Amino acid sequence: MPERATTVQHSVPAISWRRRITDHVMTGVAVLTVLIVLVPLVAIFGYLVYRGFGSINWAFLTQTPKPVGEAGGGMANAIVGSGLILGLASILGVPLGVGAGIYLAEYGRNRFGNVIRFTADVLNGVPSIVIGIVAYSIVVLYQKHFSALAGGVALAIMMIPTITRTTEEMLLLVPQALREASYGLGVPRWRTTLSITLPTATSGVITGIMLAFARVAGETAPLLFTAFGNQYWNLRTDQPTAALPLQIFTYAISPYDEWHRQAWAGALVLIVLIVTAVSAVRVAVRRGTFGVT
Amino acid sequence: MPGPQPLEQPKVMPATLVRTSPILRASVGEIPDHIFRFAMLACGVAVLGVLVLIVYELVLRSSLSWHAFGLKFFIGQDWNPVNEQFGALPFVYGTLVSSLLALIIAVPLSVGVAVFTTEMCPRALRAPLSFFVELLAAIPSVIYGLWAIFVLVPLLTRYVQPVLSRTLGWTKLFEGPSFGYSMLAAGIILAIMIVPIISSITREVLMVVPQHQREAALALGATRWEMIRIGVLRNARAGIVGAIILGLGRALGETMAVTMVIGNRPEIARSLLAPGYTMASVLANEFSEATGNVYLSALIEIGLALFLVTIVVNALARLLVWSVTRGQPARGHA
Repeated sequence: MPERATTVQHSVPAISWRRRITDHVMTGVAVLTVLIVLVPLVAIFGYLVYRGFGSINWAFLTQTPKPVGEAGGGMANAIVGSGLILGLASILGVPLGVGAGIYLAEYGRNRFGNVIRFTADVLNGVPSIVIGIVAYSIVVLYQKHFSALAGGVALAIMMIPTITRTTEEMLLLVPQALREASYGLGVPRWRTTLSITLPTATSGVITGIMLAFARVAGETAPLLFTAFGNQYWNLRTDQPTAALPLQIFTYAISPYDEWHRQAWAGALVLIVLIVTAVSAVRVAVRRGTFGVT
Repeated sequence: MPGPQPLEQPKVMPATLVRTSPILRASVGEIPDHIFRFAMLACGVAVLGVLVLIVYELVLRSSLSWHAFGLKFFIGQDWNPVNEQFGALPFVYGTLVSSLLALIIAVPLSVGVAVFTTEMCPRALRAPLSFFVELLAAIPSVIYGLWAIFVLVPLLTRYVQPVLSRTLGWTKLFEGPSFGYSMLAAGIILAIMIVPIISSITREVLMVVPQHQREAALALGATRWEMIRIGVLRNARAGIVGAIILGLGRALGETMAVTMVIGNRPEIARSLLAPGYTMASVLANEFSEATGNVYLSALIEIGLALFLVTIVVNALARLLVWSVTRGQPARGHA
């Protein structure tokens, strides 16, 4: 496009002075918006790396929190707790999301499919804190106490729409001829979906799962009154559990310097986790069957 | 007479088998297909079920507050859990003002970024640029909040707010002492958070504007900016509005970063430099400590209101974006 624009400009001398200035000014404005948007990105990452690396140490990764006022201690229990909650969320959310995606791609070319598609999009926009309330009322109120399971349910609900829609998109990219070849060989439809279509789209489906995972890994709001947090180790799904984002929140709004330091270290660990997940996806997809995302 | 009977039965059976076997065999072969289809359908229905469950739980558990306060709940200004007085207006006000402020800041920036990446920038710069902007979307809310507490708020307190109150104080929008923790801080952090979503969807919408619209504008002697204005932006109007509304939906429900910088004071202040409170932050701060059924029910009613508003906003946005990209492979990352 740009080359074309310039040739037109040069060959037509009638473009007025004012129009040409406007053109340059607007280009300048667009460049400026990009720079303004990149400033916070650089500022956030720069400051995060600077404060995070200054605060992270072996104790942080291996110990549980020390009482207020004592130096040292770490977030090991929160890192493991996050793993537990995210594991539960994936166990609940991934099969449901992928299943719904398969339904939409293979059987959902109808009005009911559209309803589900729209529902998934709407669900994607529900504020995470509201999902926390729902997980509270369907799990915590019955268990009578906060638990890792409640946190897992909340995060699973948040994972489902993303997984559903990407799975559908990726399955639709698989050429119809591949399915027909399979039917032609007498393979039943379910077998075709599970052994031909789904494996062909694997890299794309995994992308969707990892994106959903990265999205919920940093979620704090739905965990506030579901997983709740815990100062100690916990590996039981029916007990209050520490989570990395929760711990960062608690420490960030506390008045103690030592805790602020640890909040930055925690933030660094969290962001490394998420960026690793997202980049792993990029690499996996580039090597995958098709280069689409 | 036990002999003939077993002899007769085999005679009958082959006949019936021959008649029914194609149907019988076909339906037996299709049973796994039906099971699989049914299982996948169940997953699809579960997605619908989750949404229904959300509505059901919110309505059920907020009914106590609804019966106690009715519509007055949303126009009352007094939030006093001790006296069981619940008026949610300060939270509604805080949510609306912080989100609108965020939109005012974020919309020009996001549209500018989208226009630059689709229409102006060198091809080689396109992918890295959109990757960087989308990286902003990957940062968790709590980390935005952390950064805002330790970088943005001190910056505002020391440099920005004194200048604003000196120069624009007469508008009454920027007056009073500068705490740093304020509606303004919340608006700015929200703006940073919604730029990626607005700009990536705007980009998606701009990319489906047919190429011949651009070529036609250029052929008529338009400069590049005129081509963008007439050929691109005008055609993508509805979709851009959709993208903005989608950003609004995100801003309305955003919790952690806002809670960490808005100051959490349930008062309606005209000044943007004064602390405020939002619907999402009051849930974050008070839900797990809410004692008494009415208190909890009042909080859940705020959640229900937040839910309904975001549903309407998102549905509207989806319809607008769909109206532009329908029939097109709307895949923003391509």
